[in-house]
Amino acid sequence: MEKMSRVTTALGGSTLTGRTMHCHLDAPANAISVCRDAAQVVVAGRSIFKIYAIEDEQFVEKLNLRVGRKPSLNLSCADVVWHQMDENLLATAATNGVVVTWNLGRPSRNKQDQLFTEHKRTVNKVCFHPTEAHVLLSGSQDGFMKCFDLRRKDSVSTFSGQSESVRDVQFSIRDYFTFASTFENGNVQLWDIRRPDRCERMFTAHNGPVFCCDWHPEDRGWLATGGRDKMVKVWDMTTHRAKEVHCVQTIASVARVKWRPECRHHLATCSMMVDHNIYVWDVRRPFVPAAMFEEHRDVTTGIAWRHPHDPSFLLSGSKDSTLCQHLFRDASQPVERANPEGLCYGLFGDLAFAAKESLVATESGRKPYAGDRRHPIFFKRKLDPAEPFVGLASSALSVFEIEPGSGSMSWFVDTAERYALAGRPLAELCDHNAKVARDLGRNQVAQTWTMLRIIYCSPGLASATSLNHSVGKGSSCGLPLMNSFNLKDMAPGLGSETRLDRSKGDTRSDTVLLDSSATLITNEDNEETEGSDVPADYLLGDVEGEEDELYLLDPEHAHPEDPEYVLPQEAFPLRHEIVDTPPGPEHLQDKADSPHVSGSEADAASLAPVDSSFSLLSVSHALHDTRLPPDFFSALVCDMLRFYAEQGDVQMAVSVLIVLGERVRKDIDEQTQEHWYTSYIDLLQRFCLWNVSNQVVKLSTSRAISCLNQASTTLHVNCSHCKRPMSSRGWVCDRCHRCASMCAVCHHVVKGLFVWCQGCSHGGHLQHIMKWLEGSSHCPAGCGHLCEYS
Amino acid sequence: MNRGGSSPSAAANYLLCTNCRKVLRKDKRIRVSQPLTRGPSAFIPEKEVVQANTVDERTNFLVEEYSTSGRLDNITQVMSLHAQYLESFLRSQFYMLRMDGPLPLPHRHYIAIMAAARHQCSYLINMHVDEFLKTGGIAEWLNGLEYVPQRLKNLNEINKLLAHRPWLITKEHIQKLVKTGENNWSLPELVHAVVLLAHYHALASFVFGSGINPERDPEISNGFRLISVNNFCVCDLANDNNIENASLTGNNFGIVDSLSELEALMDRMKRLREEREDEEASQEEMTTRFEKEKKESLFVVSGDTFHSFPHSDFEDDMIITSDVSRYIEDPGFGYEDFARRGEEHLPTFRAQDYTWENHGFSLVNRLYSDIGHLLDEKFRMVYNLTYNTMATHEDVDTTTLRRALFNYVHCMFGIRYDDYDYGEVNQLLERSLKVYIKTVTCYPERTTKRMYDSYWRQFKHSEKVHVNLLLMEARMQAELLYALRAITRHLT
Repeated sequence: MEKMSRVTTALGGSTLTGRTMHCHLDAPANAISVCRDAAQVVVAGRSIFKIYAIEDEQFVEKLNLRVGRKPSLNLSCADVVWHQMDENLLATAATNGVVVTWNLGRPSRNKQDQLFTEHKRTVNKVCFHPTEAHVLLSGSQDGFMKCFDLRRKDSVSTFSGQSESVRDVQFSIRDYFTFASTFENGNVQLWDIRRPDRCERMFTAHNGPVFCCDWHPEDRGWLATGGRDKMVKVWDMTTHRAKEVHCVQTIASVARVKWRPECRHHLATCSMMVDHNIYVWDVRRPFVPAAMFEEHRDVTTGIAWRHPHDPSFLLSGSKDSTLCQHLFRDASQPVERANPEGLCYGLFGDLAFAAKESLVATESGRKPYAGDRRHPIFFKRKLDPAEPFVGLASSALSVFEIEPGSGSMSWFVDTAERYALAGRPLAELCDHNAKVARDLGRNQVAQTWTMLRIIYCSPGLASATSLNHSVGKGSSCGLPLMNSFNLKDMAPGLGSETRLDRSKGDTRSDTVLLDSSATLITNEDNEETEGSDVPADYLLGDVEGEEDELYLLDPEHAHPEDPEYVLPQEAFPLRHEIVDTPPGPEHLQDKADSPHVSGSEADAASLAPVDSSFSLLSVSHALHDTRLPPDFFSALVCDMLRFYAEQGDVQMAVSVLIVLGERVRKDIDEQTQEHWYTSYIDLLQRFCLWNVSNQVVKLSTSRAISCLNQASTTLHVNCSHCKRPMSSRGWVCDRCHRCASMCAVCHHVVKGLFVWCQGCSHGGHLQHIMKWLEGSSHCPAGCGHLCEYS
Repeated sequence: MNRGGSSPSAAANYLLCTNCRKVLRKDKRIRVSQPLTRGPSAFIPEKEVVQANTVDERTNFLVEEYSTSGRLDNITQVMSLHAQYLESFLRSQFYMLRMDGPLPLPHRHYIAIMAAARHQCSYLINMHVDEFLKTGGIAEWLNGLEYVPQRLKNLNEINKLLAHRPWLITKEHIQKLVKTGENNWSLPELVHAVVLLAHYHALASFVFGSGINPERDPEISNGFRLISVNNFCVCDLANDNNIENASLTGNNFGIVDSLSELEALMDRMKRLREEREDEEASQEEMTTRFEKEKKESLFVVSGDTFHSFPHSDFEDDMIITSDVSRYIEDPGFGYEDFARRGEEHLPTFRAQDYTWENHGFSLVNRLYSDIGHLLDEKFRMVYNLTYNTMATHEDVDTTTLRRALFNYVHCMFGIRYDDYDYGEVNQLLERSLKVYIKTVTCYPERTTKRMYDSYWRQFKHSEKVHVNLLLMEARMQAELLYALRAITRHLT
């Protein structure tokens, strides 16, 4: 309210009105400037130079200043500025190096007043003195700034920046004699208008050109600069050395910067390339813009606040040939869209959760059960009353720890290390991996590998026997399998018994085919099967749901011994897929049907393991009999991969993908593959499994992935004597002309792999050190250290 | 197996100028002896380069650090006349060939080959064939474009346009390449490729413009190297930098006392610097001057009367250099005068609307990080490089001359600077120089020693190399500007 009243007084009793609107110009705009009365705006560009009146509902073209028979380059404007004291006075900077002033008071159609042709190159910026009526300053590509007195025919003084192009010049609003100029080489200079011989002060503000600067309207010492390096910096110029007080990182090079009136910490920016939006930043909050205007479809080239004391109206011109008035209340506020909650899983299943404090408080009140098992650690940010974002500043961070042991990921590490992914025939790889999985007690995964082998390896006799063998093994070690079906009679809710879960995992892979073939027959049959199988299905369904819940919401209910949350759900998606599969399997049914149906129907109540292994065999035999190409299964296999990935076992998905290679790759779209790869690699790296991760990268066929290990492959070495980087060769220092890395064993220079003890930093050729350590554990250099190599 | 061996001519290793060929046809008995190539350049006497070279340890250091082949090649030797520039050149080249970037190493070299092939620059092709194989490229690709993946082949169109008529590149070309599909290019990859293409087109200009000799010792003969075609006809090489010979070159200056020529040029430069305000040219006048310069460049026929190849005549050369053509499609596509294309009136590229400093840099650096800084440094370096000397005179401000050269190249590509008076070009650049510039930038493969010798006869060779550097960078920047503008348009 207070602000509002100030606005009205400043505006002399009348407030500005208007709405967000835009109007189409005939040509792209390069710059805009507002008249003192806030009712008119001038737009200038290469082929446009017009004055528009800002009315409540629309822009109205008032005057076209481009007159004359032939378009002259003098009218090709790079910049335009309207005098803030004199409503009739305008100045433009032309791309051909001419500075033109315009007097709107002239009676003729041509309002051109004076022409200064002193600059040799494009003039980038013109600026009127804020209080002096006749003083105009220009900055040009030729490296000169010139000060003109409009009462004279030529410049009063010339300032040489002693460098390339001047990008911006701005008179200080408070210091009568001071102006700032910015340069293409990243420098900012401060000049006293009375002393053209040298600048008062110079400092490097940006890396690369400084495109713009703006003095703070109230704070006399503050200067904001924007550069090609995508930064906006606020400098305090009152101190002896210019001090950077704020820095905002934007996403594109900053073309213009303008302080927002009446808001001490706000400034508006637009960019030179790529990004078309206008942002208003609170400099104290440099990561999220306070407001964002997204109207433009091409680069915004000019921004101006409509009135020097009204913070709510912003005008902008753009390369997309539109002129816009933005209302601050219509701006989109990225803060609103930002998610004030953060959630992150730790490596071992710990969960950290940060949210607004108020939110957390109500939630914990609603779920009191969480109290016993979670170990929340609260961090509360101290509130600074001066902070403008009090509402968002208070947040709480809680960390939920999983019970020790239950979240063990050792199976993941073991699997990753022991899996063989390449270098052997497919059959061997599958067998090997199946064995690894079985050793780790992941029988379902083991079965999957076995099945992959069946599907993809040639149906030779040998494989058939070994298949028989493996299945036999599967069922022989699958005693609990019986249990599972006996357990069906138990109350379904007890699915959380771990033994049950695991054994089910076992069975499932066997029953998949059963179930699926059963469902294939007809819907009716399907129902029938389900009907006869009610307890089993119920059990499964229930378990799935329950598991989900347990896993996600209820950490204390998680099964401590069961590493595989995912196992029990397996039958579901798989069975579903089969229904999905195109009618291909029809002829398979003819042969494979009968045993299954009978099997599943007859023994519905208690499926004997013998049966299932039989049926699996018969299926596979049936398949081979009909010589089904492995292609036939690819859809199934892909779905299986997807299933694993969705269940969180991306390891399996990627491993199978690599092992099967060409056989399935084409059926899964690149992006999904890439996604799996990246997730798996990420996981591996979190567990410090660098070698495995690199192997995966190497074996991947996706281009985006395989280039991962090609980036930053340079190893920088510093000389051990002078501690300077050795630039040309890794083993001899250019500066002290000494060989840096000598082998402690053979006393020669090591040019390849250099291995050294981190304790005494002696070392040498890998081979030599290895050999040495076989005989002695002391350092070969004789320093007496008991070397350790990992 | 030597693919170049099919060439029937006795002087297999040398292109013959049409004039010589006519003579040869008439009298079959004349055997042209193969001239001994000495030194890194056919235009510059060996001692000029070597002298400068032995002193310079810095160059050796640079070569060690940035050269991909690990030895001092002829380009580097010639460029080492300008050690300051050499550093930024090698650094950027090394970065785009060897450092982090979206394209795999062999691809980079293959793109370089494609680019060099547009100008039949066997020197660069051979160099990169070696590098391509060294970095693990598939040898089969070197059999020609039919053997490379479609993705690389798709680059052909943009290579062609960029090399000869960059103003024709539109956002549709970019869209076609990046459109999602099996063979699509990601934007960073495309930018990397464009930078490589522009770099090697421009470098081909330098190679021909400075008469770089083939590397003396092809260490490995892998069958894919082209026979070293030295594009300089023996008649050129035979005339040993003799000033009197200039009368042969049908330039319309006739025999002017070259000393007074130099004085006159310096005088004009001085006048231009001092009395700019006096001659207040109207805007219409300025526009006409640009147009005039553009048009005039039309009549600057590349090559002198003996050496101009009408297009039909040029086909003879295609036979000889057919080895090169396997890397390109549409070999007949060449530079067409920007001014001539009356039918589809393409607008002039306004330099101020899309500048390297403001726009090009930001885009390049965004998509292919750090190359922007290196190129920026290189452009700046070449533009500001001066020793304040002109021939025998010292303490001369050569800014106007350098700017005229730079802007004249851009003018031929249809890029206009609002703040430049193109009348200056006319005053500063004599006709023989214009012929040379046009040939080097637009049809580098037709450069002859005669052209090189016929302009600025008083100037030192190092100064002429400096000119070549300016032409090369100006051309690269022009190509980049067009390509990047198209990419920007695609993005918006």
